[in-house]
Amino acid sequence: MGNILGFFLLHREAVFIVILSIFLGIEVISHVPAILHTPLMSGANAIHGVVIIGAIIVMGHAETTGAMILGFLAVVLGTLNVVGGFVVTDRMLEMFKRKKQ
Amino acid sequence: MDQLSQLQTGISILEITYIIASVLFIFGLKMLSHPLTARRGNTLAAIGMGMAIIATILFHHKDGKPIGNVGLILVAIGIGSIIGWVIAKRVKMTAMPQLVSFFNGMGGAAAALISMMEFPHVSPDLIAKSGMANGHVLAILLGLMIGTVSWAGSMIAFGKLDGRIGDLRIKALKYVNLTILAVLISLIVYIMTRHVQASSELTPLIYIMFIIAVIYGVMFVMPIGGADMPVVISLLNSFTGVAAAMGGFLYNNQAMLTGGILVGSAGTILTILMCRAMNRSLLNVIVGVFGGGGQTNMAVTGSVKEISISDAAVLLSYSKKVVIVPGYGLAVAQAQHICHELDKLLEEKGVEVKYAIHPVAGRMPGHMNVLLAEADVPYEQLIESDEINPDLPNTDVLVVIGANDVINPAAEDDPSSPIYGMPIIKARDAKNIIVMKRGMGKGYAAIENMLFYNDKTRMLFGDAKSTLQTLVNEVKSL
Repeated sequence: MGNILGFFLLHREAVFIVILSIFLGIEVISHVPAILHTPLMSGANAIHGVVIIGAIIVMGHAETTGAMILGFLAVVLGTLNVVGGFVVTDRMLEMFKRKKQ
Repeated sequence: MDQLSQLQTGISILEITYIIASVLFIFGLKMLSHPLTARRGNTLAAIGMGMAIIATILFHHKDGKPIGNVGLILVAIGIGSIIGWVIAKRVKMTAMPQLVSFFNGMGGAAAALISMMEFPHVSPDLIAKSGMANGHVLAILLGLMIGTVSWAGSMIAFGKLDGRIGDLRIKALKYVNLTILAVLISLIVYIMTRHVQASSELTPLIYIMFIIAVIYGVMFVMPIGGADMPVVISLLNSFTGVAAAMGGFLYNNQAMLTGGILVGSAGTILTILMCRAMNRSLLNVIVGVFGGGGQTNMAVTGSVKEISISDAAVLLSYSKKVVIVPGYGLAVAQAQHICHELDKLLEEKGVEVKYAIHPVAGRMPGHMNVLLAEADVPYEQLIESDEINPDLPNTDVLVVIGANDVINPAAEDDPSSPIYGMPIIKARDAKNIIVMKRGMGKGYAAIENMLFYNDKTRMLFGDAKSTLQTLVNEVKSL
Protein backbone atom coordinates (compact mmCIF):
# COMPACT_ATOMS: atom_id res chain seq x y z
CA MET A 1 0.00 0.00 0.00
CA GLY A 2 2.76 2.40 1.01
CA ASN A 3 4.50 1.53 -2.21
CA ILE A 4 1.48 2.41 -4.29
CA LEU A 5 0.94 5.74 -2.53
CA GLY A 6 4.61 6.60 -2.79
CA PHE A 7 4.53 5.69 -6.46
CA PHE A 8 1.58 7.98 -7.02
CA LEU A 9 3.16 10.86 -5.15
CA LEU A 10 6.39 10.52 -7.09
CA HIS A 11 4.67 10.48 -10.46
CA ARG A 12 1.60 12.58 -9.80
CA GLU A 13 2.30 14.96 -12.67
CA ALA A 14 2.66 12.14 -15.14
CA VAL A 15 -0.52 10.53 -13.82
CA PHE A 16 -2.32 13.85 -14.33
CA ILE A 17 -1.09 14.16 -17.89
CA VAL A 18 -2.05 10.57 -18.63
CA ILE A 19 -5.59 10.95 -17.36
CA LEU A 20 -6.20 14.29 -19.08
CA SER A 21 -4.68 13.00 -22.32
CA ILE A 22 -6.99 9.99 -22.30
CA PHE A 23 -10.04 12.25 -22.11
CA LEU A 24 -8.57 14.55 -24.72
CA GLY A 25 -7.91 11.69 -27.11
CA ILE A 26 -11.47 10.46 -26.78
CA GLU A 27 -12.95 13.95 -27.14
CA VAL A 28 -10.82 14.97 -30.10
CA ILE A 29 -11.80 12.16 -32.44
CA SER A 30 -15.19 10.99 -31.25
CA HIS A 31 -17.09 12.60 -34.13
CA VAL A 32 -14.95 11.47 -37.00
CA PRO A 33 -16.85 10.39 -40.15
CA ALA A 34 -16.19 6.87 -41.42
CA ILE A 35 -14.49 8.11 -44.58
CA LEU A 36 -11.69 9.54 -42.47
CA HIS A 37 -11.08 6.42 -40.40
CA THR A 38 -8.22 5.23 -42.54
CA PRO A 39 -6.35 8.55 -42.79
CA LEU A 40 -6.95 9.22 -39.11
CA MET A 41 -5.54 5.86 -38.13
CA SER A 42 -2.58 6.51 -40.33
CA GLY A 43 -2.06 9.99 -38.88
CA ALA A 44 -2.30 8.72 -35.30
CA ASN A 45 0.14 6.02 -36.32
CA ALA A 46 2.63 8.70 -37.33
CA ILE A 47 2.16 10.60 -34.07
CA HIS A 48 3.13 7.66 -31.88
CA GLY A 49 6.36 7.74 -33.80
CA VAL A 50 7.22 10.27 -31.11
CA VAL A 51 8.91 7.24 -29.58
CA ILE A 52 11.85 8.32 -31.74
CA ILE A 53 12.68 10.90 -29.08
CA GLY A 54 13.35 8.07 -26.65
CA ALA A 55 15.45 6.34 -29.28
CA ILE A 56 17.51 9.51 -29.78
CA ILE A 57 18.04 9.84 -26.02
CA VAL A 58 19.14 6.21 -25.71
CA MET A 59 21.52 6.47 -28.64
CA GLY A 60 22.81 9.84 -27.50
CA HIS A 61 23.91 8.39 -24.19
CA ALA A 62 24.99 4.95 -25.40
CA GLU A 63 28.32 3.87 -23.95
CA THR A 64 28.92 0.42 -25.39
CA THR A 65 29.04 -0.63 -29.03
CA GLY A 66 26.13 -3.00 -28.45
CA ALA A 67 23.95 -0.20 -27.11
CA MET A 68 25.07 1.95 -30.03
CA ILE A 69 23.95 -0.62 -32.58
CA LEU A 70 20.59 -1.19 -30.91
CA GLY A 71 20.14 2.57 -30.49
CA PHE A 72 20.94 3.12 -34.14
CA LEU A 73 18.37 0.51 -35.09
CA ALA A 74 15.78 2.11 -32.79
CA VAL A 75 16.33 5.54 -34.36
CA VAL A 76 16.05 4.12 -37.89
CA LEU A 77 12.83 2.27 -37.04
CA GLY A 78 11.39 5.27 -35.21
CA THR A 79 12.13 7.53 -38.19
CA LEU A 80 10.50 5.02 -40.52
CA ASN A 81 7.39 5.24 -38.38
CA VAL A 82 7.38 9.05 -38.33
CA VAL A 83 8.33 9.86 -41.91
CA GLY A 84 6.48 6.97 -43.53
CA GLY A 85 3.41 7.63 -41.42
CA PHE A 86 3.14 11.33 -42.20
CA VAL A 87 3.98 10.97 -45.88
CA VAL A 88 1.48 8.19 -46.47
CA THR A 89 -1.26 10.08 -44.61
CA ASP A 90 -0.57 13.14 -46.72
CA ARG A 91 -0.79 11.04 -49.87
CA MET A 92 -4.20 9.74 -48.87
CA LEU A 93 -5.53 13.17 -47.96
CA GLU A 94 -4.14 14.75 -51.09
CA MET A 95 -6.64 12.67 -53.04
CA PHE A 96 -9.57 13.88 -51.03
CA LYS A 97 -8.50 17.39 -51.84
CA ARG A 98 -8.06 17.06 -55.56
CA LYS A 99 -11.60 16.04 -56.35
CA LYS A 100 -13.04 18.99 -54.45
CA GLN A 101 -11.83 21.37 -57.12
CA MET B 1 26.51 33.51 -19.88
CA ASP B 2 28.07 30.87 -17.65
CA GLN B 3 27.73 27.20 -18.39
CA LEU B 4 25.06 26.43 -15.82
CA SER B 5 22.60 29.04 -16.98
CA GLN B 6 23.30 28.09 -20.56
CA LEU B 7 22.33 24.56 -19.68
CA GLN B 8 19.19 25.80 -18.03
CA THR B 9 18.25 27.93 -21.03
CA GLY B 10 18.64 24.86 -23.21
CA ILE B 11 16.41 22.77 -20.97
CA SER B 12 13.78 25.51 -20.87
CA ILE B 13 13.76 25.76 -24.66
CA LEU B 14 13.44 21.97 -24.84
CA GLU B 15 10.50 21.86 -22.46
CA ILE B 16 8.74 24.74 -24.24
CA THR B 17 9.26 22.96 -27.54
CA TYR B 18 7.71 19.82 -26.07
CA ILE B 19 4.67 21.79 -24.97
CA ILE B 20 4.30 23.31 -28.43
CA ALA B 21 4.75 19.88 -30.00
CA SER B 22 2.07 18.40 -27.74
CA VAL B 23 -0.35 21.19 -28.66
CA LEU B 24 0.40 20.62 -32.35
CA PHE B 25 -0.30 16.89 -31.94
CA ILE B 26 -3.65 17.67 -30.35
CA PHE B 27 -4.61 20.21 -33.01
CA GLY B 28 -3.34 17.88 -35.73
CA LEU B 29 -5.48 15.02 -34.52
CA LYS B 30 -8.50 17.26 -34.14
CA MET B 31 -8.11 18.61 -37.67
CA LEU B 32 -7.54 15.11 -39.02
CA SER B 33 -11.06 14.22 -38.02
CA HIS B 34 -12.65 16.79 -40.36
CA PRO B 35 -12.52 16.33 -44.15
CA LEU B 36 -11.65 19.94 -44.94
CA THR B 37 -8.86 20.41 -42.44
CA ALA B 38 -7.45 16.89 -42.42
CA ARG B 39 -4.45 17.51 -44.61
CA ARG B 40 -3.38 20.61 -42.74
CA GLY B 41 -3.81 18.70 -39.49
CA ASN B 42 -1.40 16.06 -40.67
CA THR B 43 1.16 18.69 -41.66
CA LEU B 44 0.76 20.42 -38.32
CA ALA B 45 1.42 17.21 -36.40
CA ALA B 46 4.45 16.56 -38.59
CA ILE B 47 5.82 20.02 -37.81
CA GLY B 48 5.37 19.34 -34.10
CA MET B 49 7.26 16.09 -34.47
CA GLY B 50 10.10 17.75 -36.36
CA MET B 51 10.42 20.44 -33.70
CA ALA B 52 10.50 17.87 -30.90
CA ILE B 53 13.18 15.82 -32.66
CA ILE B 54 15.44 18.78 -33.42
CA ALA B 55 15.08 20.23 -29.92
CA THR B 56 15.89 16.86 -28.36
CA ILE B 57 19.11 16.52 -30.34
CA LEU B 58 20.15 20.11 -29.55
CA PHE B 59 19.12 20.57 -25.96
CA HIS B 60 18.55 17.24 -24.23
CA HIS B 61 20.79 16.59 -21.24
CA LYS B 62 21.12 13.56 -19.04
CA ASP B 63 23.06 14.08 -15.79
CA GLY B 64 24.52 17.25 -17.29
CA LYS B 65 25.72 15.47 -20.42
CA PRO B 66 24.40 16.55 -23.83
CA ILE B 67 23.34 14.12 -26.56
CA GLY B 68 26.39 12.39 -28.03
CA ASN B 69 26.89 10.49 -31.26
CA VAL B 70 25.02 13.28 -33.06
CA GLY B 71 26.61 12.41 -36.40
CA LEU B 72 25.45 8.82 -36.24
CA ILE B 73 22.00 9.83 -35.01
CA LEU B 74 21.62 12.06 -38.05
CA VAL B 75 22.76 9.20 -40.28
CA ALA B 76 20.15 6.93 -38.69
CA ILE B 77 17.44 9.55 -39.16
CA GLY B 78 18.58 10.04 -42.75
CA ILE B 79 18.38 6.31 -43.50
CA GLY B 80 14.96 5.99 -41.85
CA SER B 81 13.65 9.06 -43.68
CA ILE B 82 14.76 7.90 -47.10
CA ILE B 83 13.39 4.38 -46.68
CA GLY B 84 10.15 5.64 -45.13
CA TRP B 85 9.67 8.29 -47.80
CA VAL B 86 10.32 5.96 -50.70
CA ILE B 87 8.03 3.20 -49.39
CA ALA B 88 5.27 5.67 -48.55
CA LYS B 89 5.44 7.34 -51.97
CA ARG B 90 5.74 4.17 -54.02
CA VAL B 91 3.21 1.87 -52.45
CA LYS B 92 -0.09 1.35 -54.23
CA MET B 93 -3.18 2.80 -52.62
CA THR B 94 -4.65 -0.69 -52.38
CA ALA B 95 -1.76 -1.75 -50.16
CA MET B 96 -2.38 1.11 -47.74
CA PRO B 97 -3.67 -0.97 -44.82
CA GLN B 98 -0.66 -3.26 -44.65
CA LEU B 99 1.63 -0.27 -44.95
CA VAL B 100 0.07 1.42 -41.93
CA SER B 101 0.48 -1.87 -40.12
CA PHE B 102 4.13 -2.06 -41.14
CA PHE B 103 4.95 1.47 -39.94
CA ASN B 104 3.07 0.78 -36.73
CA GLY B 105 5.25 -2.28 -36.16
CA MET B 106 8.39 -0.18 -36.60
CA GLY B 107 7.25 2.17 -33.83
CA GLY B 108 6.51 -0.77 -31.55
CA ALA B 109 9.93 -2.26 -32.22
CA ALA B 110 11.62 1.06 -31.42
CA ALA B 111 9.76 1.23 -28.10
CA ALA B 112 10.77 -2.35 -27.26
CA LEU B 113 14.43 -1.65 -28.10
CA ILE B 114 14.45 1.40 -25.85
CA SER B 115 13.15 -0.67 -22.95
CA MET B 116 15.72 -3.38 -23.55
CA MET B 117 18.55 -0.88 -23.48
CA GLU B 118 17.30 1.03 -20.47
CA PHE B 119 16.64 -1.98 -18.27
CA PRO B 120 20.24 -2.69 -17.23
CA HIS B 121 20.73 1.00 -16.38
CA VAL B 122 18.06 1.56 -13.76
CA SER B 123 19.68 3.82 -11.17
CA PRO B 124 21.17 1.77 -8.29
CA ASP B 125 20.05 4.50 -5.85
CA LEU B 126 16.47 3.94 -6.88
CA ILE B 127 16.81 0.19 -6.43
CA ALA B 128 18.47 0.65 -3.03
CA LYS B 129 15.62 2.89 -1.96
CA SER B 130 12.53 1.14 -3.25
CA GLY B 131 13.74 -2.17 -4.67
CA MET B 132 12.77 -3.27 -8.16
CA ALA B 133 9.11 -2.49 -7.49
CA ASN B 134 9.22 1.09 -8.76
CA GLY B 135 7.51 3.01 -11.53
CA HIS B 136 10.68 3.20 -13.58
CA VAL B 137 11.03 -0.56 -13.82
CA LEU B 138 7.32 -0.98 -14.46
CA ALA B 139 7.44 1.52 -17.33
CA ILE B 140 10.39 -0.32 -18.85
CA LEU B 141 8.75 -3.73 -18.58
CA LEU B 142 5.38 -2.56 -19.89
CA GLY B 143 7.09 -0.66 -22.72
CA LEU B 144 8.94 -3.83 -23.67
CA MET B 145 5.90 -6.04 -23.49
CA ILE B 146 3.44 -3.76 -25.29
CA GLY B 147 5.97 -2.58 -27.87
CA THR B 148 7.01 -6.14 -28.71
CA VAL B 149 3.44 -7.44 -28.95
CA SER B 150 2.59 -4.50 -31.20
CA TRP B 151 5.59 -5.16 -33.42
CA ALA B 152 5.08 -8.92 -33.74
CA GLY B 153 1.31 -8.51 -34.17
CA SER B 154 1.69 -5.78 -36.78
CA MET B 155 4.07 -7.89 -38.81
CA ILE B 156 1.59 -10.78 -38.83
CA ALA B 157 -1.24 -8.38 -39.75
CA PHE B 158 0.97 -7.02 -42.52
CA GLY B 159 1.64 -10.55 -43.79
CA LYS B 160 -2.04 -11.46 -43.71
CA LEU B 161 -3.21 -8.37 -45.58
CA ASP B 162 -0.46 -8.88 -48.09
CA GLY B 163 -1.63 -12.42 -48.62
CA ARG B 164 1.61 -13.95 -47.36
CA ILE B 165 0.19 -15.51 -44.21
CA GLY B 166 -3.04 -17.46 -43.90
CA ASP B 167 -5.36 -17.71 -40.93
CA LEU B 168 -4.74 -20.22 -38.19
CA ARG B 169 -8.02 -21.28 -36.68
CA ILE B 170 -7.80 -23.52 -33.66
CA LYS B 171 -10.40 -23.10 -30.97
CA ALA B 172 -7.89 -23.91 -28.19
CA LEU B 173 -5.71 -21.00 -29.26
CA LYS B 174 -7.84 -18.72 -27.12
CA TYR B 175 -6.73 -20.55 -23.98
CA VAL B 176 -3.14 -20.81 -25.14
CA ASN B 177 -3.11 -17.05 -25.60
CA LEU B 178 -4.58 -16.37 -22.20
CA THR B 179 -1.91 -18.61 -20.68
CA ILE B 180 0.89 -16.79 -22.48
CA LEU B 181 -0.52 -13.47 -21.32
CA ALA B 182 -0.63 -14.76 -17.75
CA VAL B 183 3.00 -15.89 -18.04
CA LEU B 184 4.01 -12.42 -19.27
CA ILE B 185 2.30 -10.70 -16.38
CA SER B 186 3.77 -13.12 -13.84
CA LEU B 187 7.18 -12.46 -15.32
CA ILE B 188 6.70 -8.73 -14.71
CA VAL B 189 5.65 -9.42 -11.12
CA TYR B 190 8.59 -11.80 -10.69
CA ILE B 191 11.13 -9.28 -11.94
CA MET B 192 9.69 -6.50 -9.81
CA THR B 193 9.77 -8.52 -6.61
CA ARG B 194 13.42 -9.62 -6.90
CA HIS B 195 15.92 -8.26 -4.40
CA VAL B 196 19.01 -7.26 -6.30
CA GLN B 197 21.75 -4.66 -6.15
CA ALA B 198 21.60 -3.79 -9.81
CA SER B 199 18.94 -4.36 -12.43
CA SER B 200 21.54 -5.72 -14.84
CA GLU B 201 21.58 -8.96 -12.82
CA LEU B 202 18.13 -9.65 -14.21
CA THR B 203 18.89 -8.79 -17.83
CA PRO B 204 18.52 -12.41 -19.13
CA LEU B 205 14.92 -12.34 -17.92
CA ILE B 206 14.29 -9.35 -20.17
CA TYR B 207 15.29 -11.36 -23.22
CA ILE B 208 13.05 -14.23 -22.16
CA MET B 209 10.24 -11.74 -21.77
CA PHE B 210 10.93 -10.35 -25.22
CA ILE B 211 10.71 -13.81 -26.77
CA ILE B 212 7.46 -14.65 -24.98
CA ALA B 213 6.01 -11.28 -26.03
CA VAL B 214 6.90 -12.02 -29.66
CA ILE B 215 5.12 -15.37 -29.40
CA TYR B 216 2.12 -13.67 -27.85
CA GLY B 217 1.97 -11.01 -30.56
CA VAL B 218 2.04 -13.67 -33.26
CA MET B 219 -0.53 -15.93 -31.58
CA PHE B 220 -2.79 -12.98 -30.82
CA VAL B 221 -3.19 -12.00 -34.46
CA MET B 222 -2.90 -15.44 -36.11
CA PRO B 223 -6.48 -16.63 -35.46
CA ILE B 224 -8.16 -13.34 -36.33
CA GLY B 225 -9.83 -13.43 -39.72
CA GLY B 226 -8.72 -11.20 -42.55
CA ALA B 227 -11.89 -9.12 -42.53
CA ASP B 228 -11.22 -8.06 -38.96
CA MET B 229 -7.66 -7.02 -39.69
CA PRO B 230 -8.41 -3.25 -39.82
CA VAL B 231 -9.74 -3.43 -36.28
CA VAL B 232 -6.64 -5.30 -35.18
CA ILE B 233 -4.33 -2.77 -36.82
CA SER B 234 -6.17 0.06 -35.12
CA LEU B 235 -5.88 -1.76 -31.81
CA LEU B 236 -2.16 -2.43 -32.28
CA ASN B 237 -1.82 1.23 -33.25
CA SER B 238 -3.14 2.27 -29.87
CA PHE B 239 -0.85 -0.33 -28.23
CA THR B 240 2.17 1.34 -29.80
CA GLY B 241 0.86 4.65 -28.50
CA VAL B 242 0.84 3.28 -24.98
CA ALA B 243 4.32 1.79 -25.46
CA ALA B 244 5.59 5.22 -26.56
CA ALA B 245 3.95 6.78 -23.51
CA MET B 246 5.87 4.33 -21.31
CA GLY B 247 9.03 5.83 -22.77
CA GLY B 248 7.69 9.26 -21.81
CA PHE B 249 7.23 8.02 -18.28
CA LEU B 250 10.75 6.64 -18.26
CA TYR B 251 12.44 9.84 -19.40
CA ASN B 252 9.93 12.14 -17.78
CA ASN B 253 9.36 13.38 -21.30
CA GLN B 254 6.09 15.24 -21.77
CA ALA B 255 6.03 15.11 -25.57
CA MET B 256 6.30 11.32 -25.58
CA LEU B 257 3.77 11.05 -22.79
CA THR B 258 1.07 13.22 -24.37
CA GLY B 259 1.72 11.98 -27.91
CA GLY B 260 1.65 8.35 -26.83
CA ILE B 261 -1.38 8.50 -24.57
CA LEU B 262 -3.28 10.63 -27.07
CA VAL B 263 -2.79 7.99 -29.75
CA GLY B 264 -3.49 5.27 -27.21
CA SER B 265 -6.89 6.66 -26.29
CA ALA B 266 -7.84 8.01 -29.72
CA GLY B 267 -6.78 4.68 -31.22
CA THR B 268 -8.94 2.76 -28.77
CA ILE B 269 -11.96 4.91 -29.61
CA LEU B 270 -11.27 4.53 -33.31
CA THR B 271 -11.07 0.76 -32.82
CA ILE B 272 -14.46 0.78 -31.13
CA LEU B 273 -15.95 3.00 -33.88
CA MET B 274 -14.69 0.58 -36.51
CA CYS B 275 -16.15 -2.36 -34.62
CA ARG B 276 -19.44 -0.53 -34.49
CA ALA B 277 -19.34 0.06 -38.27
CA MET B 278 -19.09 -3.70 -38.69
CA ASN B 279 -21.53 -4.41 -35.90
CA ARG B 280 -18.98 -6.43 -33.96
CA SER B 281 -17.85 -6.13 -30.39
CA LEU B 282 -14.18 -5.68 -29.69
CA LEU B 283 -14.17 -8.73 -27.46
CA ASN B 284 -15.65 -10.76 -30.29
CA VAL B 285 -12.94 -9.65 -32.64
CA ILE B 286 -10.21 -10.60 -30.22
CA VAL B 287 -11.43 -13.93 -28.91
CA GLY B 288 -14.05 -14.85 -31.49
CA VAL B 289 -13.39 -16.59 -34.75
CA PHE B 290 -14.54 -14.43 -37.61
CA GLY B 291 -14.67 -15.50 -41.20
CA GLY B 292 -14.51 -19.08 -40.02
CA GLY B 293 -15.16 -22.11 -42.17
CA GLY B 294 -18.40 -20.61 -43.44
CA GLN B 295 -20.62 -23.25 -41.90
CA THR B 296 -24.14 -22.22 -42.68
CA ASN B 297 -27.63 -23.54 -42.20
CA MET B 298 -28.81 -22.07 -45.44
CA ALA B 299 -29.07 -24.45 -48.34
CA VAL B 300 -28.03 -23.12 -51.69
CA THR B 301 -31.13 -22.79 -53.87
CA GLY B 302 -31.41 -21.53 -57.39
CA SER B 303 -28.63 -21.38 -59.91
CA VAL B 304 -26.05 -18.93 -61.09
CA LYS B 305 -27.06 -17.10 -64.27
CA GLU B 306 -24.60 -15.30 -66.50
CA ILE B 307 -25.15 -12.25 -68.67
CA SER B 308 -23.29 -11.25 -71.82
CA ILE B 309 -21.43 -7.99 -71.91
CA SER B 310 -23.61 -6.59 -74.71
CA ASP B 311 -26.77 -7.40 -72.75
CA ALA B 312 -25.28 -5.73 -69.70
CA ALA B 313 -24.42 -2.65 -71.77
CA VAL B 314 -28.00 -2.40 -73.05
CA LEU B 315 -29.45 -2.92 -69.60
CA LEU B 316 -27.25 -0.19 -68.13
CA SER B 317 -27.75 2.31 -70.95
CA TYR B 318 -31.53 2.17 -70.78
CA SER B 319 -31.78 2.42 -67.02
CA LYS B 320 -32.79 5.52 -65.15
CA LYS B 321 -30.91 4.80 -61.99
CA VAL B 322 -27.75 2.78 -61.55
CA VAL B 323 -25.94 2.12 -58.29
CA ILE B 324 -22.39 0.80 -58.31
CA VAL B 325 -21.15 -1.15 -55.31
CA PRO B 326 -17.35 -1.14 -55.47
CA GLY B 327 -15.32 -3.63 -53.46
CA TYR B 328 -11.74 -4.59 -52.94
CA GLY B 329 -11.78 -6.59 -56.17
CA LEU B 330 -12.23 -3.34 -58.08
CA ALA B 331 -9.25 -1.85 -56.33
CA VAL B 332 -7.03 -4.89 -56.80
CA ALA B 333 -7.71 -4.87 -60.52
CA GLN B 334 -6.86 -1.12 -60.49
CA ALA B 335 -10.20 -0.65 -62.22
CA GLN B 336 -11.36 2.48 -60.40
CA HIS B 337 -10.43 4.77 -63.30
CA ILE B 338 -12.20 2.75 -65.94
CA CYS B 339 -15.14 2.41 -63.60
CA HIS B 340 -15.35 6.18 -63.38
CA GLU B 341 -15.22 6.32 -67.18
CA LEU B 342 -18.23 4.01 -67.32
CA ASP B 343 -20.19 6.14 -64.90
CA LYS B 344 -19.41 9.33 -66.85
CA LEU B 345 -20.51 7.62 -70.06
CA LEU B 346 -23.79 6.54 -68.50
CA GLU B 347 -24.39 9.98 -67.05
CA GLU B 348 -23.99 11.46 -70.53
CA LYS B 349 -26.77 9.13 -71.62
CA GLY B 350 -28.95 10.54 -68.85
CA VAL B 351 -28.53 7.68 -66.40
CA GLU B 352 -28.22 8.68 -62.77
CA VAL B 353 -25.17 6.91 -61.33
CA LYS B 354 -24.31 6.67 -57.65
CA TYR B 355 -21.74 4.69 -55.71
CA ALA B 356 -22.84 2.84 -52.61
CA ILE B 357 -19.99 2.84 -50.14
CA HIS B 358 -20.10 0.39 -47.30
CA PRO B 359 -18.20 1.61 -44.22
CA VAL B 360 -15.77 -1.29 -44.45
CA ALA B 361 -15.56 -1.59 -48.23
CA GLY B 362 -12.00 -2.25 -49.23
CA ARG B 363 -9.77 -3.42 -46.49
CA MET B 364 -10.28 -0.63 -43.98
CA PRO B 365 -13.03 1.82 -43.10
CA GLY B 366 -12.76 4.69 -45.53
CA HIS B 367 -10.36 2.79 -47.78
CA MET B 368 -12.79 2.76 -50.73
CA ASN B 369 -13.29 6.52 -50.50
CA VAL B 370 -9.55 6.99 -50.82
CA LEU B 371 -9.40 4.65 -53.81
CA LEU B 372 -12.30 6.30 -55.65
CA ALA B 373 -10.94 9.74 -54.84
CA GLU B 374 -7.76 8.62 -56.57
CA ALA B 375 -9.85 8.10 -59.71
CA ASP B 376 -11.46 11.58 -59.40
CA VAL B 377 -14.95 10.28 -58.68
CA PRO B 378 -16.81 13.32 -57.31
CA TYR B 379 -17.53 13.35 -53.62
CA GLU B 380 -21.28 13.84 -54.15
CA GLN B 381 -21.62 10.56 -56.01
CA LEU B 382 -20.42 8.51 -53.03
CA ILE B 383 -23.33 7.57 -50.81
CA GLU B 384 -23.01 5.69 -47.54
CA SER B 385 -24.89 2.43 -47.30
CA ASP B 386 -27.41 3.62 -44.70
CA GLU B 387 -28.44 6.45 -46.97
CA ILE B 388 -28.67 4.49 -50.17
CA ASN B 389 -30.53 1.45 -48.84
CA PRO B 390 -34.02 3.08 -48.83
CA ASP B 391 -33.38 4.15 -52.43
CA LEU B 392 -32.48 0.71 -53.75
CA PRO B 393 -36.02 -0.51 -54.57
CA ASN B 394 -36.15 2.36 -57.13
CA THR B 395 -32.81 1.41 -58.57
CA ASP B 396 -32.94 -0.20 -61.99
CA VAL B 397 -29.53 -1.84 -61.96
CA LEU B 398 -27.16 -2.42 -59.10
CA VAL B 399 -23.68 -3.24 -60.29
CA VAL B 400 -21.45 -5.06 -57.85
CA ILE B 401 -17.79 -4.83 -58.78
CA GLY B 402 -15.48 -7.03 -56.76
CA ALA B 403 -17.50 -6.71 -53.56
CA ASN B 404 -18.87 -9.69 -51.74
CA ASP B 405 -19.30 -9.70 -47.97
CA VAL B 406 -20.81 -6.20 -47.80
CA ILE B 407 -23.75 -7.28 -49.97
CA ASN B 408 -24.18 -10.75 -48.52
CA PRO B 409 -27.80 -11.22 -47.41
CA ALA B 410 -26.60 -13.81 -44.89
CA ALA B 411 -25.94 -10.84 -42.63
CA GLU B 412 -29.73 -10.46 -42.43
CA ASP B 413 -31.01 -14.00 -42.93
CA ASP B 414 -28.66 -16.44 -41.34
CA PRO B 415 -28.12 -16.19 -37.58
CA SER B 416 -25.39 -18.82 -37.76
CA SER B 417 -23.35 -16.78 -40.23
CA PRO B 418 -20.23 -15.13 -38.86
CA ILE B 419 -21.30 -11.84 -40.42
CA TYR B 420 -24.85 -12.01 -39.08
CA GLY B 421 -25.90 -8.57 -37.88
CA MET B 422 -23.36 -6.66 -39.93
CA PRO B 423 -25.08 -3.74 -41.72
CA ILE B 424 -25.02 -4.46 -45.44
CA ILE B 425 -25.96 -2.81 -48.69
CA LYS B 426 -29.34 -4.36 -49.40
CA ALA B 427 -28.48 -5.30 -52.95
CA ARG B 428 -31.40 -7.68 -53.46
CA ASP B 429 -33.87 -4.78 -53.16
CA ALA B 430 -32.72 -3.45 -56.54
CA LYS B 431 -34.68 -4.37 -59.65
CA ASN B 432 -31.71 -5.95 -61.40
CA ILE B 433 -28.32 -6.97 -60.09
CA ILE B 434 -25.17 -7.46 -62.09
CA VAL B 435 -22.26 -8.99 -60.23
CA MET B 436 -18.77 -8.66 -61.69
CA LYS B 437 -16.48 -11.27 -60.25
CA ARG B 438 -13.37 -13.15 -61.18
CA GLY B 439 -14.99 -16.49 -60.43
CA MET B 440 -17.25 -18.13 -57.94
CA GLY B 441 -14.70 -17.70 -55.15
CA LYS B 442 -15.87 -16.58 -51.78
CA GLY B 443 -15.23 -13.17 -50.26
CA TYR B 444 -12.63 -12.25 -47.68
CA ALA B 445 -14.77 -13.66 -44.91
CA ALA B 446 -15.03 -16.94 -46.84
CA ILE B 447 -18.82 -17.18 -46.64
CA GLU B 448 -21.20 -18.40 -49.34
CA ASN B 449 -23.17 -15.53 -50.86
CA MET B 450 -26.82 -16.30 -51.62
CA LEU B 451 -27.17 -13.10 -53.63
CA PHE B 452 -25.39 -14.77 -56.53
CA TYR B 453 -28.18 -17.34 -56.74
CA ASN B 454 -30.96 -14.74 -56.64
CA ASP B 455 -33.38 -14.68 -59.57
CA LYS B 456 -32.63 -11.02 -60.22
CA THR B 457 -28.87 -11.56 -60.28
CA ARG B 458 -26.77 -11.93 -63.41
CA MET B 459 -23.09 -12.74 -63.18
CA LEU B 460 -20.40 -11.20 -65.35
CA PHE B 461 -17.25 -13.25 -64.81
CA GLY B 462 -13.78 -11.97 -65.53
CA ASP B 463 -11.14 -9.52 -64.40
CA ALA B 464 -12.84 -6.31 -63.31
CA LYS B 465 -10.63 -4.04 -65.38
CA SER B 466 -10.89 -5.82 -68.73
CA THR B 467 -14.60 -6.54 -68.22
CA LEU B 468 -15.26 -2.87 -67.51
CA GLN B 469 -13.17 -1.87 -70.51
CA THR B 470 -15.22 -4.06 -72.86
CA LEU B 471 -18.37 -2.81 -71.20
CA VAL B 472 -17.34 0.81 -71.79
CA ASN B 473 -16.63 0.10 -75.48
CA GLU B 474 -19.94 -1.70 -75.75
CA VAL B 475 -21.87 1.19 -74.19
CA LYS B 476 -20.08 3.67 -76.46
CA SER B 477 -21.09 1.77 -79.58
CA LEU B 478 -24.77 1.67 -78.65
